[in-house]
Amino acid sequence: MIPADVRQRLNQAHAVGDYAPLLALIPYAGLIGIECERQGEQLLFRLPASADNVGNPLLPAIHGGVIAGFMELSAALYLLVYSESASIPKIIDFSIDYLRAGYVRDTYANCQLWRQGRRVTNVAISAWQDDRNLPIAMARAHFKIEPEKPLK
Amino acid sequence: MIDSSLMAMAERFLSALRHCQLLNMRVHQADAGGMTLVLPWSPLLVGNPQTGAVHGGALTTLMDTTCGMATLCSLAQFEVCPTLDLRIDYMHSAEAGKDIYGHAHCYRVTRDVIFTRGMAYQDDPEQPICQVVGTFMRLGQQARGGIRFAGKLDGGQG
Repeated sequence: MIPADVRQRLNQAHAVGDYAPLLALIPYAGLIGIECERQGEQLLFRLPASADNVGNPLLPAIHGGVIAGFMELSAALYLLVYSESASIPKIIDFSIDYLRAGYVRDTYANCQLWRQGRRVTNVAISAWQDDRNLPIAMARAHFKIEPEKPLK
Repeated sequence: MIDSSLMAMAERFLSALRHCQLLNMRVHQADAGGMTLVLPWSPLLVGNPQTGAVHGGALTTLMDTTCGMATLCSLAQFEVCPTLDLRIDYMHSAEAGKDIYGHAHCYRVTRDVIFTRGMAYQDDPEQPICQVVGTFMRLGQQARGGIRFAGKLDGGQG
């Protein structure tokens, strides 16, 4: 179950569109430096350029694992806000296709909920840098959620 | 390749990856059977503050690196091999306070592509935290920066 104070912080964050207090609860969010802002009914996630996230010293480019972590965390936060799950969404599986090198620049991600069942959701995540139409990676994930009302 | 030089090459490779250094990742074992890396547990890796579970992103970083470095075990000479895709199935959460081991090997090497498979575990390899498959592109030794980087890995000045 999501504790009442976390749920309250979540609702408050969404109401004012400032997700920093929510992200401050998640150590891994701080480690990679993810940010989140509301764009109308969508959430836009941002991973500011950081030398600490480099995984390819040749280009240099962001570590593929960090790009994946950024996208997985984006999906989890997106579900936390939109799925009304009674618990923190739990990752079941995650699949990512790398399309272009992720240079050391600001990286963005948005999510689409393809299917919300009672227990499982399917989310697609797209990540890009300069041009939304030229994604650096596409991912999909299944998360386990907890229905608000118990299953019969 | 002799295992001790493979091990040394793997250590040099890992030391060049900034984010892996940030996570204090180390080479545990590198031989013909594959690559094993260690991700020391740290409170900074926690993704669920309620349970203390390590975030999937940290595991993905461990396994992307392990699968990518497993190519070192199967190629005669170093090649730049970027990740084409990666899939992770989460079996159960990682326990707080315990180091995480990532093991991977190549199960098929073709002219252009390398297929890898692996898993992460804590105490018992029979109880994996996650199972992974990853596909990597072979850019060959002619790739930009590839030769110089290979030189550095061999212990030369590049």
